[in-house]
Amino acid sequence: MTISRTILICSGKGGVGKTTLTANLGIALARQGARTVVLDADFGLRNLDLLLGLENRIVYTAQEVLAETCRLDQALVKHKQESNLALLPAGNPRMLEWLKPEDMQAIVSMLSERFDYVLIDCPAGIEDGFKNAAAAAKEAIVITTPEVSAVRDADRVIGLLNTRGVAPVQLVLNRVRPRMMANQEMLAVDDVTDILALPLLGLVLEDEQVIVSTNRGEPLTLNGSASPAAKAYTHIARRLQGEDVPLMDPAREGRTGLRAKVRRLMQTKIF
Amino acid sequence: MTLQDLLDRILGRQPASATTARERLQLVLAHDRSDLSPELLDQMRREIFEVVAKYVDIDLEEGDVTLETEDRVTALVANLPIRRSMASSKPGS
Repeated sequence: MTISRTILICSGKGGVGKTTLTANLGIALARQGARTVVLDADFGLRNLDLLLGLENRIVYTAQEVLAETCRLDQALVKHKQESNLALLPAGNPRMLEWLKPEDMQAIVSMLSERFDYVLIDCPAGIEDGFKNAAAAAKEAIVITTPEVSAVRDADRVIGLLNTRGVAPVQLVLNRVRPRMMANQEMLAVDDVTDILALPLLGLVLEDEQVIVSTNRGEPLTLNGSASPAAKAYTHIARRLQGEDVPLMDPAREGRTGLRAKVRRLMQTKIF
Repeated sequence: MTLQDLLDRILGRQPASATTARERLQLVLAHDRSDLSPELLDQMRREIFEVVAKYVDIDLEEGDVTLETEDRVTALVANLPIRRSMASSKPGS
């Protein structure tokens, strides 16, 4: 029997890419042969089903599993093309009134018997929804963008994860724009990792293809897309599996020559 | 500080917005992490000055008490330049 990993994907701030990361990472891990389940813990505003293109195939949810009105395998929605991936859909928003950390722990412990990876898509905020999800997770990925509000919220979440003993906590920096970083009009990668003091699990470039893929309900990692974000998500999955994949350097992305060299020199820290 | 920051400073240019973002974040996070509002910090700063001034003559213009953060550890850093020792007179007397 393999040891199952339960990973919380959280950010604090909404709209920074939690659900997109969960969907893409789920597909990528499954394609690499790992039995993976994604659990939508955002009971208030569920969307993971939509990003995976599984919204029409939901019969039962985590709610019925907890109430024992259905079996776990009846509620699990297997992905159409990627059979190693399953979704456990979020229940009704009214669940928020009674759901407790123990309930999430119960669901996760059932899932971890059958899967190598349990990815929990955490709701935004630091209230009960986050606390319930965090109680069930062993490790976490904090996703943020290079913006002051997102980094500040990520810092709050990291503090809460630390006090709850969730470890390791790794960072994914999303929506990186190399040109803006080169012009010092966007927080640098080092700025964010220094401030949050987390190991960097991956960098994802701003990529229009993400929107196209969500329109279709087909995560970028599903069809081996060569787009920058697809590559980044696949690399994140490989790093999670313990493979040593070098991080992309945004300063080198699409820029060579003297101008780029001078730019890099100007960004060198002198004290 | 980067070479670019230094150049901006020499030329009197407004720093790049990333520099401003980094500085604002560091300040707001130091307050978030310590749960100290700027007002409370200011009050504490005044009280620390009062206490220290009982023992040594400090330069209030140059002195400062700030929050600094490194590796998620926030520290209260007091920099209180001493003008001259008042050790000859017993404290409290």
